Amino acid sequence: MLEVANLSKRFGGLVASNKVSFTVQPGSISALIGPNGAGKTTIFAQISGFHRPDEGDIRFEGASLLGLTPERICMLGVARTFQIVQPFAGLTVRENIAVGAHLHRAGRKAALGHAEAVAQRVGLGPQLDKPAAALTVAGRKRLELAKALATDPKLLLLDEVMAGLNPAEIDEIIPIIRGIRQSGVTILLIEHVMRAVMNLSDHAWVLNNGSLIASGTPAQIAADPQVIEAYLGHGAAERMQQARIEAQHA
Amino acid sequence: MRTPTLRTFWAILIFALVLLPLPLLVRSEFWLTWATLALFYAYLGQAWNLLGGYGGQFSFGHALFFGTGAYCTAVLQIHVGVNAWAGFVVAAVAAGIVGAATGWLVFRYGLRGSYFALVTLAFAEVFRILANSFAFTGAGVGLLVPLMPGAWQMQFETKAGFFWLLLVLVIACLLLTWWLQNARFGARLMAVRENEDAARALGVDPFNTKLLAIIASGAIAGSAGAVYVQLFLYIDPGIAYGPSMSIEALLVPIIGGLGTVFGPVLGAFALHTIAEIGRLVFGEAPGLNLVLYGVLLVLMVLFLPNGLFGLGRFGFGLRRYFKRGGANA
Repeated sequence: MLEVANLSKRFGGLVASNKVSFTVQPGSISALIGPNGAGKTTIFAQISGFHRPDEGDIRFEGASLLGLTPERICMLGVARTFQIVQPFAGLTVRENIAVGAHLHRAGRKAALGHAEAVAQRVGLGPQLDKPAAALTVAGRKRLELAKALATDPKLLLLDEVMAGLNPAEIDEIIPIIRGIRQSGVTILLIEHVMRAVMNLSDHAWVLNNGSLIASGTPAQIAADPQVIEAYLGHGAAERMQQARIEAQHA
Repeated sequence: MRTPTLRTFWAILIFALVLLPLPLLVRSEFWLTWATLALFYAYLGQAWNLLGGYGGQFSFGHALFFGTGAYCTAVLQIHVGVNAWAGFVVAAVAAGIVGAATGWLVFRYGLRGSYFALVTLAFAEVFRILANSFAFTGAGVGLLVPLMPGAWQMQFETKAGFFWLLLVLVIACLLLTWWLQNARFGARLMAVRENEDAARALGVDPFNTKLLAIIASGAIAGSAGAVYVQLFLYIDPGIAYGPSMSIEALLVPIIGGLGTVFGPVLGAFALHTIAEIGRLVFGEAPGLNLVLYGVLLVLMVLFLPNGLFGLGRFGFGLRRYFKRGGANA
């Protein structure tokens, strides 16, 4: 579905993406995880056309996305959400989602109708006529999701849609994302909330300092010593192993 | 679901029905002239509102389009003998083309906000200097359009004729903006105004959207110029391309309510009432109205950023607030 091959991107001396390659299978939920500043969002920005990679290729359904504008990529069926939510603050929730719905629907009535259906699906139904600026953090995250979903994407890139939510709100959003996959949309997500990653994804990649350091099922990744070191610092895996052995002996 | 769209349509209809018989009821030449001028500035403000209010692109040089339209008709009429109505159409097309050229340049290079405002101002100034330097535009002396009374020449013998012409144009623009609020193009334009990157992520092409808006806005402002020439029978570079027309064009919708259907109309009538009162109180001191406008603009931005239209909505919101039982709602 989506093939990323040898993707590299430098910002001056900083290597944001270093020969990153991965393939997203159709119908799957995959996760891109890694510590803060690992370059996850930069990869999303390159897939969605906001940044141009220095090297490498991105292919969606066999065709290269390189050099295409964000609007063109969205037209092809790749929709993204923003980590820092970007609502159209002056418009209502309904009007916000309708902008996405208009991508494949010229008529206002059809777009508003679709917007309403999408809003129900992500649990924004009661807030349809509120101005987007009046939503809570959780509401805005849902709105991001709804706007992207309204464009009828084949592949949905979700950039930390659970960050800043409390556990109850996360429990609400997990089935929504699973439902989106069941409706036939492939999902690639960036997430820090490990419970969600474990719960949702079929496959995960770990990014650290711009390079992929691990790939596998969430369970495999959680046990990978390199991953533990990336998150907890050098020597952490060894110390954890030590602690585990001591716990067994005690 | 609420239906604000239908409400706006009825409001336009009522507006038309109330104003249509006005010239038959108001015998005073002074008030009819006042209402005609207010309608003229409402029309110019509607043009600006399309791009500035709905598209968020604040032009500081809408005189560029107004002046192009005005000169187009005047030159065609004087040098070629083209009928004023045909000149009106040519003016709109020519100003639309100028809009396309400006928009293409400015939006291609992604200029936004104050940079966009400055470029439009600079373009208007360039055109003012050009109009000042050529014989066929009458250079600094300006152009006197020959008096050819008759509706066929768009030079009505009574003020009522101009009033009705402008009323029809204003109503057409009200309907256009009403349509815009219920169309895909309008939704995209407002999305670009609110957040260009987010709009792109949803498949909106901001370049095309803004380009279309500046073409439409320019064409309307150009047609306003064509009417102006028939109304005053005179145009010179200062009137056509000077900053005062640009300021009127942007002040009217800002005072009335940016990005609203009725904002420019409300703003034009309010502004011209105030300007008229200012003239009565302070006399005809040159430049005083601009001082007054400046003060007004500061007050509006500070206390009523949503314009007079926002005041109405604010009042409506308050009423609802108290009906529901205040803070407990």
